[in-house]
Amino acid sequence: MTAQWSSAAEFFHMSGYGFYVWGSYGVALVVMLAEPLLARRRHQQALLQAGRMSDDEPLDKEQA
Amino acid sequence: MNLMPDRNDPTAPRPASGWRLFWFAAPSRFYALTNRLVPLCWLVAIGFAAAGLYIGFFIAPTDAVQGDAYRIIFIHVPTAWMSMLLYLVMAFWAAIGWAFKARLASMVAESIAPTGAVFTFLALWTGALWGRPTWGTYWVWDARLTTELILLFLYLGYIALVNAIDDRRRADQAGALLAVVGSINVPIIYFSVQWWNTLHQGATISVTAAPKMASTMLTAMLLMTVACWAYAFAVVFMRTRAYILERDSHTGWVCELRQRRIER
Repeated sequence: MTAQWSSAAEFFHMSGYGFYVWGSYGVALVVMLAEPLLARRRHQQALLQAGRMSDDEPLDKEQA
Repeated sequence: MNLMPDRNDPTAPRPASGWRLFWFAAPSRFYALTNRLVPLCWLVAIGFAAAGLYIGFFIAPTDAVQGDAYRIIFIHVPTAWMSMLLYLVMAFWAAIGWAFKARLASMVAESIAPTGAVFTFLALWTGALWGRPTWGTYWVWDARLTTELILLFLYLGYIALVNAIDDRRRADQAGALLAVVGSINVPIIYFSVQWWNTLHQGATISVTAAPKMASTMLTAMLLMTVACWAYAFAVVFMRTRAYILERDSHTGWVCELRQRRIER
């Protein structure tokens, strides 16, 4: 495969430390995907909320 | 102690124009800026992470002593650095927001806290998974680990405190006080390995023996650090723009923003 690993199995085995290495990177990946997704959802909800408030009290009366 | 003019007071004198640095201190302008910066930050974060992980897993050789367990370093050290750095940045903006009644600075501080907590958690988690094969234990109450755990509690305490107070300005002030007082913990974390006899090693970069190995490992670690910086900028800006909308939802520019979205 590469100079480091002769096979995919050897890569995932990590010379016996697969659980620790992939446990570290796996959790990091999950957390670092979840955080921006939550932030994006909050932004979208804020946009919806802002729209609802502007519908209640339209600021620009000429357009309404 | 209200020496500064209130930003929300329309009768307050307007600051002199030409201060380009403060141009983006207005939430509406900062909002527009973040919309341009966030995609750029993601591009940098993903690009550098891909390069760092490639070098870390395919170019950097297996460590003679630790085997492949050492490869946790490429995520552990950058997240640990970020956990400490972000706390100081958070305390700085919280203090600015408190001292100058700058709403945006307080919003930035409150946007940083969850990201700082995430990096602190990841530093502890990856450290535990690295400690088990190298030290024989997931956790030990040594100075470095304990102070890093306190850092996590400081972040969580700050988030809880700011969210517990309904009055926005008082929440910003109370949060700033906690953030500033808590920042004393950061140098304690940093120097803990020198001040106390800890199980945690001192220098991070001198793990390896051969200089050729160290250079590829160091490269991967620095690339991952840049990726973590860009990630932090991206996600903090994403959160700040949500907070701006939430707190400015009563103002004209947010209504106009909504109007433009409908028309498109």
